[in-house]
Amino acid sequence: MKSPRRITLVASVLLGLCLLASVLLLRQLDQVRNRAAPQEVLYLSSPKVLKRLSLGYQGLLADVYWTRAVQYFGSKHYAGARSYELLAPLLEITTALDPNLTVAYEFGANFLAPQPPNGAGMPQAAVELAEYGVRNNPNDWHLYYDLGFIYYVELKDYTRASDAFARGSRVPDAHPFLKVMAAQMAQHSGEVGMARMLWTTTYQSTADRSIRANAAAHLRALQVDEDVGTLEKLVSLYREQKGHPPSVLGDLQTAGMLSAVPVDPLGHSYKLMSDGHIEVRDPDNLPFIEKGLPPGYVALPPKFLPSD
Amino acid sequence: MAAIEILGLEKTYTVGFWRKRAKCALRPLHFNVEEGEIFGFLGPNGAGKTTTLKLLMGLVFPTGGTARILGREINDPAMKAQIGFLPEQPYFYDYLTAPELLEYYAQLSGVAPKERGRKVGEVLGRVGLPDVGGVQLRKFSKGMLQRVGIAQAILHDPKVLFLDEPMSGLDPIGRREVRDLMEQLKQEGKTVFFSTHILSDAESLCDRVAIIHLGELRGVGVVADLTSSVEGKVEVVWQGNLVPAAVKTMTTEYHLTGDTVRAVVLEGNQDAAIDALRRDRLRIISIIPVRTSLEEYFVRKLKPSEAAAGARS
Amino acid sequence: MSSRIAYIAFNTFREAVRDRVLYNLVAFAVLMSGAAILVGQISIGIERLVVVNLGLAAVSLFGMVIAIFIGIALVSKEIDKRTLYTVLSRPVQRWEFIVGKFLGLAGTLVVNTVFMAVGVFAALLYVSPHFQVADTWILVALYFIVLQFLIITSLALLFSSFSSPLLSAVFAFSLFVIGSFSEDLRGFAALAQGATRWLATAAAYLVPDFSSLNVISSVAHGQPVASQLILSNTLYAVVYAGMILCGAVVIFEHRNLK
Repeated sequence: MKSPRRITLVASVLLGLCLLASVLLLRQLDQVRNRAAPQEVLYLSSPKVLKRLSLGYQGLLADVYWTRAVQYFGSKHYAGARSYELLAPLLEITTALDPNLTVAYEFGANFLAPQPPNGAGMPQAAVELAEYGVRNNPNDWHLYYDLGFIYYVELKDYTRASDAFARGSRVPDAHPFLKVMAAQMAQHSGEVGMARMLWTTTYQSTADRSIRANAAAHLRALQVDEDVGTLEKLVSLYREQKGHPPSVLGDLQTAGMLSAVPVDPLGHSYKLMSDGHIEVRDPDNLPFIEKGLPPGYVALPPKFLPSD
Repeated sequence: MAAIEILGLEKTYTVGFWRKRAKCALRPLHFNVEEGEIFGFLGPNGAGKTTTLKLLMGLVFPTGGTARILGREINDPAMKAQIGFLPEQPYFYDYLTAPELLEYYAQLSGVAPKERGRKVGEVLGRVGLPDVGGVQLRKFSKGMLQRVGIAQAILHDPKVLFLDEPMSGLDPIGRREVRDLMEQLKQEGKTVFFSTHILSDAESLCDRVAIIHLGELRGVGVVADLTSSVEGKVEVVWQGNLVPAAVKTMTTEYHLTGDTVRAVVLEGNQDAAIDALRRDRLRIISIIPVRTSLEEYFVRKLKPSEAAAGARS
Repeated sequence: MSSRIAYIAFNTFREAVRDRVLYNLVAFAVLMSGAAILVGQISIGIERLVVVNLGLAAVSLFGMVIAIFIGIALVSKEIDKRTLYTVLSRPVQRWEFIVGKFLGLAGTLVVNTVFMAVGVFAALLYVSPHFQVADTWILVALYFIVLQFLIITSLALLFSSFSSPLLSAVFAFSLFVIGSFSEDLRGFAALAQGATRWLATAAAYLVPDFSSLNVISSVAHGQPVASQLILSNTLYAVVYAGMILCGAVVIFEHRNLK
């Protein structure tokens, strides 16, 4: 009969080996499962069923689903995905479990509505989500803002946007911009100033990191578009006046057309091309810009800058 | 007034889930226990002793008959304050210490708050557990638990004590102590009703006994009266290796060991055997009853019914 | 009479504590600490919400488990181990025993909840630098959770008085699950027809209503709880637990102890 010490030794060594083996196997399992076509499936997609299953703890379950939604979108976005099929169901479940989770509606407005790769491309679903939010939180101005935001930015339905902002402005403690936006929307819809106001409001009023980063990127893009537009106009004006295009942007300043040569939001100077166009130096880090792109440039999916 | 009056108590269990069968644990029982006596309730294991005690304590409800203790009904709280019960192989709350347990029981028995501490200490001393203060009951041996059980039964100074196998789990010294305690209790004027299957204890202690077997009462009375009808046996030991012929006719049970002979003869033949030995001038060393007469009574009484029961089932 | 109930209750409490039930608080503390620290990484902007949701859910679940695990053994263990014999041979009525046991376990749960409440508020303080007025409603949610405990304890005790521990646990837990959507059950009963309607209605009203007692989500959002609701829930819990206790008393009163 083996002595107890020998048995202890053998058993302990075996334990260690099995532990090591199980760790290695788990890692391999993860790899195998990731390589297999990632099925985008929610095993339980009925909010009603989930609500029942939560046994009264739906608030907690909502928080769990919310976390899932954020991580789902964030990781896919980072990997450059072109579709986000699960985002709408996840947000739907989150808000069904906790209709007062305002940040979920905000997320939907910012990332469910826009076209891929920046969003799921489902503006109508985003509208429905926001309307649901408004119904359940009639005294929270954020939700009216989200609704108006979607109408304005994605659907370009300025009447409905104005209406949403107007309703929101009547809520106590509403952000002052709501009134302004409602009033000015009819006149200035589509203008840069309007868009800038919207994105600034979003940037200031959200606590969500991704939403804020997104808003900052849009604001930078607006800046670039504005700058490029202004510069190109000045370049043609210069050519008309002087008969030849400026050789460098500094010439515009010398000619008294510019007080200072602007730099792009990243701190780089704009490039003056031979045909009079203005281009940015680093288009990869300036998502959403519509002007100043080199010809044939294909935009990468946006990565939010860490400093945002 | 009798301390305990059992008036036709009976208990039948229905056994089985679908087809209910009646199982009779106790046939109608009739006997009394007088105040101030030590009464033994005897029977083999499974005879119905514990069932009877549980009926008397109100833990189980009779299917027939009634009983009275100190003239009151079974579940009368006023009566319960005056009785003490020691169950078979008692078990107590694991995490309490003995003093805490007894304090709790004192509370439930209505002992005055000022008295509790004193009585607890007193009774622990009396059962031979003076120093178990801080130890939790889960660490107690079987014998110690038995002593705690006795302690809780006598704690509140009851008039009648019901003890189910009070000697079980005790070593010989312990058993002696319990016997002495029971004698003391009798001298204090209490009534002690105890069940046991150990006949020697009953014989030495009891004023009267009742014998029960297979749920049926087989006999009630003073020990001496019951056993007088039964012939016992004695063992005779004498020096030498010679067995007189007369003795050989009385018995075949004899052994020669070294320098002595042991022979077992019927009590009735005892005198004849002694005469035979004397005639052969054999030196008698001892004459001892082989089995207690109560045991003989017991066995004799029970054997026929066991055989009959065997035939019935 | 009442002093005997108090003695039994205190003894039950003492037994639970010495049986190390309060050690669950260690696990709870670990959970709350971990959550408070991690929530900032995982769910930004809704830290307070998550801490309250998680904390109250944990208080509720831990307590339910304790209530059920200890409750189902309250009577059956005493019968099995025969500790009950020496109690009932004293001038203690069977119903006093049941009530005393109930109060003892309820008391244990209240004490446990108080400690846990401290933990929840500590975690809350960690994630948001100071308390808000809305945090007082968390106390109401905790009170409601205690009322839930009263109900589930009475149910566990009821089952313990006649059933084995395993079955008692299954029944008690099932009633907790069904009770958490009793509201839906009542709605379903109203819409059903015929025999189903009668059965469903009976079930819907017999099953304990845990859904009304759960205000965790709204309290997590800082919403107030109507005082009418507080009053109604208190009365309901008392009445329901009382009903179940009466049932336990009746069953126990007629039980032959083995």
